[in-house]
Amino acid sequence: MKIDRRSFLSLGVGAVAGLTLSPLPWKMMDDSSIWTQMWPWTPVPEDGEVSYVNSTCTLCPGGCGILVRKVNERAVKIEGLKGHPVNDGGICILGLSGLQLLYGPTRVKTPLKRVGKRGEGRWEKISWDKAISEVAEKLKNLRKENKPHTVGCISGSANGTLPKLIERFLTVYGSPNFMKIPSIQDSYELTLHLTQGVQALAGVDIENSDFVLSFGSGIIDGWGSPVRMFKANSALKKSGGRLVQIEPRLSNTAAKADRWIPINPGTEAALALGLAHVIVKKSLYHKDFIENYASGFYDKTGDNGFKRFVLDECGLDKISKITGVDKTVMETLAKNFAKAKKPIAISGRGQGKSPGSLNEFMAVHALNALVGNINKKGGISAVPEPDFINWPELEMDAIAAKGMQKERLDGAGSNKFPDTGSLLNRFAQSINSGETGKKYPMEVLFVAGANPCYTMPDTKTTKKAFGKIPFVVSFSPYMDETAQNADLILPNHTCLERYEDMPAPVGLTKPVICLSKPVVSPLFDTKQTGDVIIALAKALSGNISKAFVWDSYKTCLEKTLGSKWDVLVEDGIWVDNDFTAPAWENAFDTPSAKFEFYALKTDDINPVKIEGDDNSYPLVLMPYDSVRLANGFIGDPPFVVKTVSDTVLKGKDSFVEINPETAKSCGLSQGNYAVLSTPKGTAMVKINLFEGIMPGIIALPRGLGHTAYDKYLANKGLNVNDLIGPVEDSVSGLDTAWGIRAKLSKA
Amino acid sequence: MNKEHKDTKTKKFGMVIDLDLCTGCGACMVACMAENNVPFKEDESNKLDSITWMRVYKLTNGKSFPDTDICYIPRPCQHCGGIGDHGHSPCVSVCPATATDYDHETGIVSQIYTRCFGCRYCMAACPYHARYFNWWDPVWPGDMKESLSPNVSPRMRGVVEKCSFCFHRYQQAKDRAYANGRREIEENEYQTACTQACPAGAITFGDLNNPEHQVHKLVNPDPKHCGRPKNPKAFRLLERLQTNPKVYYISSREWVRRAGDNYIKNESKQIA
Repeated sequence: MKIDRRSFLSLGVGAVAGLTLSPLPWKMMDDSSIWTQMWPWTPVPEDGEVSYVNSTCTLCPGGCGILVRKVNERAVKIEGLKGHPVNDGGICILGLSGLQLLYGPTRVKTPLKRVGKRGEGRWEKISWDKAISEVAEKLKNLRKENKPHTVGCISGSANGTLPKLIERFLTVYGSPNFMKIPSIQDSYELTLHLTQGVQALAGVDIENSDFVLSFGSGIIDGWGSPVRMFKANSALKKSGGRLVQIEPRLSNTAAKADRWIPINPGTEAALALGLAHVIVKKSLYHKDFIENYASGFYDKTGDNGFKRFVLDECGLDKISKITGVDKTVMETLAKNFAKAKKPIAISGRGQGKSPGSLNEFMAVHALNALVGNINKKGGISAVPEPDFINWPELEMDAIAAKGMQKERLDGAGSNKFPDTGSLLNRFAQSINSGETGKKYPMEVLFVAGANPCYTMPDTKTTKKAFGKIPFVVSFSPYMDETAQNADLILPNHTCLERYEDMPAPVGLTKPVICLSKPVVSPLFDTKQTGDVIIALAKALSGNISKAFVWDSYKTCLEKTLGSKWDVLVEDGIWVDNDFTAPAWENAFDTPSAKFEFYALKTDDINPVKIEGDDNSYPLVLMPYDSVRLANGFIGDPPFVVKTVSDTVLKGKDSFVEINPETAKSCGLSQGNYAVLSTPKGTAMVKINLFEGIMPGIIALPRGLGHTAYDKYLANKGLNVNDLIGPVEDSVSGLDTAWGIRAKLSKA
Repeated sequence: MNKEHKDTKTKKFGMVIDLDLCTGCGACMVACMAENNVPFKEDESNKLDSITWMRVYKLTNGKSFPDTDICYIPRPCQHCGGIGDHGHSPCVSVCPATATDYDHETGIVSQIYTRCFGCRYCMAACPYHARYFNWWDPVWPGDMKESLSPNVSPRMRGVVEKCSFCFHRYQQAKDRAYANGRREIEENEYQTACTQACPAGAITFGDLNNPEHQVHKLVNPDPKHCGRPKNPKAFRLLERLQTNPKVYYISSREWVRRAGDNYIKNESKQIA
């Protein structure tokens, strides 16, 4: 077709008219403006009256004071409470994101009853009345069958009115099986008990010390009360105090320490005794303390004393060989430690989630004794638990009394482990071997403030044990791994919706009680677990009902706290300011009324054993803790997951830290996929080369690999508990595992 | 130029971060997210599209075991003043929409979301990677919208956002001071969310022009050299670009200070 001027013009006009009339340009212009303009569905947060409510954060046992900013009834920001004795305005990453837990999608909104298979995730809503009567019915029947001891509870803590109410309930019902999540507090309590004869918590006065010798304790990785420790670390730096960190991996604490001493893992006790060797040999110990307030230092008839043992058995050549620490390093370190004015030695690896070897705690504590900093400023003191729970005596009926006679399923308090209160690490094993008729099966298990199906080493065994318990009740406010594996979920309020006391935050040097109180009214149909326990007791009538004289948990709390209640509601914290740790004359409640050095055996300087043989597993896998990965009962909220480095987690993949030298010998390089296997399991990981880790060791962080919670956390990375298992301490029965043998091969 | 408050002194708000105290805990990052309604999404492990106004980087000295060392370095927007502090920050200079501007009264580089049309020139210009683009609409799952603060407007898809030195806190502090008949605010009345949250006390915030303020005392900025710190332990990031940032770092470790700028191979160890 020939295009003349006329047709060209008409085509042109037609094209312009057509384009103008067509929606295309308008649509595109509109789209581009929408792209760049305020979208109506971008939320506009409602403004209103601003108010502040103070409370206590109970997301970890740290006991920080918080100040919550509210706009009308909405809580919009959590901040640290200025002037609070624990955190004085500071706050950690988890506390800051508490509102994401309160308002997040992982909340359990009503009581739920399982309808599908265990763990399938099919639930049916039921009413509180129905849920409680169902549990009560089960419990009544078990009592009728004379099996009250087959009911147990796993609690996040053993202190405070709520755990004590549960324990009281179990006792009057007739079960000795109250267990708690283990931590280094167990080892510290036992150490103080055995050396000083006291029932007390360890108060750690880092901020006033001038030389902190840390055997792997991550004081800025979340050890103790995390925010207080951050502050103590800063105080130490400003006052010119020194921090020496002993561990095989360059943790944040090691990086910030004045000196990092890498050590063969598991040989911390040997190093402590090696340092003791120098201190004793050079006569650098605290003469007054050792001569007048300590026993077992010198030989007694038939018994070798501490002195002889460290002089004879802990020669530096031998210790150097075991620990991999240079002789001269040990000598200087021991001298500096002993010559410091206020030295302190602390133990418990990382955040102190695993109790550790008792021998190691005793050896490190012996250093504290040698320099005489016990119950002193800047040292370790025995702090009694605040004594405020004075409830009327229980009256047990015959069934309960008989039930209480039974040995605990976890073996705590038995002839084998007489000094230990709870041994959750032995529980799963005990349930799983229960079929052989050794003890008795568990019929009902309550889980409150804990997530054992995620946090306990060797999750497979734990889950298997859960599978053998016919009826599991979870009190979790969140749909966590344990709730997922339960038969009934009776959701508690979150800590921003409920009253609850938290006595004795970890490591404080004075007796303290903290109180969390409702910042907002409960969002959902949840119930304070204390109220559920009281309701259950009432439903069971008889002596059980009689033991619970309160009509609600709040009344119980108010009456229990008595005169402290008003102070606690006002300030959120009560401190026994009059308390000072007793002077050495009155400090020790041992048979000798002195500090008792324990009798050492040659075996005590050997490394703490881990699972697996060196031949099939040439490497060692160690879990490590990071403040950016909550690894306890609470999982990381979205904000916190966001802060996790892309060399720890990328997409769904976990990275394993490995020294470049070791990686090379395995034929692996940065970013490679590799198969990691341990005696407990096998998993796919990616390689992250890190110069700060000892060759031969690989490390994985705790806190990843959740299977529950929301899409922001679930199915990301690897749960290191899938790959490790507990190792029992021969004296305490507590878990001593600091790692496991492992193997890495190309994927 | 904005000259509306002639009766008040010109401020130059800045931040000093002590890297010896910083523990890398990340509280500053989350305090910032919670304060400023920063969005989050399912996968945040691609750090190129992960919005973190305050981001903590990890540095290593590159030495092998056991001489390895690591240091964390928190990086908010540096609020550059440009050469001579005339407000020619890298980002402000390139913004075609005046969506980001330099406030001569406070020295704060603003970001006005409704003006931004997402060309991302500023992101290309920023040498500190302090600016982030909203590739997706923000989603707050469950009831999380309830926790949004009315002081900071949530952003929409298609705009750039960055640290504002919690400017809304400055406005509120000023309002309160005016209501009390004062024209000037006290040092502690205006503090950013990260400063307030830092459990290690590593962050200090205040007016660099005011010799009474901690920030001034800590770094002792040299007015002759665009505020370059006189404190030998203090440094600014990429000092040699002459962006004239208002965020200072303090470190007693030489390798950390050196990591704050780029050097060509074999260049003198002396820091410029």
